[in-house]
Amino acid sequence: MSDKKNWPLWEVFVRSKNGLEHRHCGSLHAADEDMALENARDVYTRRSEGVSIWVVESKHITASNPEHNGELFDPAHDKVYRHPTFYDLPDEVKHM
Amino acid sequence: MSEAQIKSLEKQFDERIARDEKIEPKDWMPEKYRKTHIRQMSQHAHSEIVGMLPEGNWITRAPSLRRKVALLAKVQDEAGHGLYLYSATETLGISREEMYEQLHTGKAKYSSIFNYPTITWADMGAIGWLVDGAAIINQVPLCNTSYGPYARAMIRVCKEESFHQRQGFEIMMKLANGTPEQKEMAQDALNRWWWPSLMMLGPTDDVSVHTEQSMKWKLKRKSNDDLRQQFIDQTVPQAELIGLTIPDPDLKWNEEKGMYDFGEINWDEFWQVVKGHGPMNKERMKARVGAWEEGTWVRDAAMAYAEKKRNRKEKRVV
Amino acid sequence: MKNENLYNYILGIADNSLILGQRMGELCGHGPSLETDIACTNISLDLFGQVRSYFQYAGKIAGDGRTEDDIAMLRKEREYKNVLLVEQPNTNFAYSIGRQFLFDVYHLAFLEQLQKSTDLTLSAIANKCIKEVSYHERFSSDWVKRFGDGTEESKAKMQEAINDLWTYTDELFHQTEADKAMVAEGIGVDVTKLKEAYYKNVGELLEESTLEIPESKWFQKGGKNGVHTEHLGYLLSDLQYMQRAYPNMEW
Repeated sequence: MSDKKNWPLWEVFVRSKNGLEHRHCGSLHAADEDMALENARDVYTRRSEGVSIWVVESKHITASNPEHNGELFDPAHDKVYRHPTFYDLPDEVKHM
Repeated sequence: MSEAQIKSLEKQFDERIARDEKIEPKDWMPEKYRKTHIRQMSQHAHSEIVGMLPEGNWITRAPSLRRKVALLAKVQDEAGHGLYLYSATETLGISREEMYEQLHTGKAKYSSIFNYPTITWADMGAIGWLVDGAAIINQVPLCNTSYGPYARAMIRVCKEESFHQRQGFEIMMKLANGTPEQKEMAQDALNRWWWPSLMMLGPTDDVSVHTEQSMKWKLKRKSNDDLRQQFIDQTVPQAELIGLTIPDPDLKWNEEKGMYDFGEINWDEFWQVVKGHGPMNKERMKARVGAWEEGTWVRDAAMAYAEKKRNRKEKRVV
Repeated sequence: MKNENLYNYILGIADNSLILGQRMGELCGHGPSLETDIACTNISLDLFGQVRSYFQYAGKIAGDGRTEDDIAMLRKEREYKNVLLVEQPNTNFAYSIGRQFLFDVYHLAFLEQLQKSTDLTLSAIANKCIKEVSYHERFSSDWVKRFGDGTEESKAKMQEAINDLWTYTDELFHQTEADKAMVAEGIGVDVTKLKEAYYKNVGELLEESTLEIPESKWFQKGGKNGVHTEHLGYLLSDLQYMQRAYPNMEW
């Protein structure tokens, strides 16, 4: 084995067509950002899956801790007033 | 963490899976879940990239340009699938290099079927039709497995693989409908690949070790014997359709059970190949280790260049 | 054949893609990393796609029912018109990249001109291929830079490959009889006019990669007239094996 470092891991986001957002589609290894883009093109858009690619080295992503899911996400569950269905409308008003 | 706490976490964990919830990389998981997944997923990834070799063997000799591009695209897909699966496994805290190390030292296994040689063009047909056929039966249920990254990788794999089996069957069909020499080539390939394909679906249920736990974690949805039966029932009519004969004198439709009865599988051969004594085990590993070692200077160069480029950029900023 | 010059001209273009595609295809499953393996296969697939377009057109021009596979696989060694450069073996990955790079720079410039061909089929094919080849050229030149300016070892390997392959570059700019006839008709590309820009572009990239530009002024030629290096015969015996061993069958 070589004493040098291995190619780091990158996350790949692909926009499938203009008007849609970039979506995470997988990861790959590459030595630098140029190679990461090229590899992403070769690996993840072989079947015309994309019109635009983002790559970011995986270590730069900060993720929330699932152990904190309760305090992070549960408090939003009872804020029903944020949704249109919370409000009463007379039947005569068809669209609002 | 105390043992009681772990027990309680494990219980909640199993309940989540039973409710069809997905497990994601940062979620707490039992150590055994992590280990089992690393083993199965990396084995799956290894099978994809070792599986490139027997088919890659015919790329330069494909009989027509149309066949050549289809085969190239298929073998390339296998590299892609290996890559998806290695990446998914990396989310469990093991690097691709560590997994390679396990493969190269023989610590990790891959599908034994790739230890058989591809000696005629018809083998490309037989592999696509039978080996990919058996693989699909194994893989489709995994699209719904409990570990999120594995399930997502499998969805992508299954979607892309849908052309692989057709590609193989088309090759076989063309041969079976061709000259007597071509038909003979097709029959010979079926004769050689049929039994290994049946073995590929794993040992019989009574000796299979991991099944129960794997069922609970949705790493496996059906038993090996059920999968094998499904494979046989769907493949026999396809062989009949193109006029080829399944090399099993005991194969017979069982009206009562509504499925085929089939002959004894030579499990001695299976275990021999698993233990490293198949016709191509050594060659396959030599090819994989060789590619990796010869690639070392290439990968090192790319890293060194990336670092120089980064340094130059930083210098400019300062 | 009524249009023999055009037929030969197309084969001259397509054989380069055929032989290079075959060489790149050899790497499939043996690349230095999975990602690079996939990238090289993409190049091979692009090249075979080009070959099929050219040979289907050539078949039509021949007008005697010969198929793309007949043209690709049933000629003798002396009838292949590819340049010597593309048939050179995959000695190591630096050779594969060097060969690709030295061809891509030419190929891109060639297709830019072929787009202007008065032959509408050829110009349409060029139009499609040029996008693929632009990517090939970016891919191969990026790797030349990585090797040249990477480690001591990679630099030495890349330099050796460039030095060895350099002798096959001049032939890219030789004109055959078919070339001359096609240039005169406004169909073909005058390759002699591509030479200066080629050596300038290649030189700049080598310099950026901290590599030496070979000084050798001795060049090999012959491929365009069917006089090849010994490597081609072996490549063809693989390429043609099935068609030769099982003649007149469909696959």
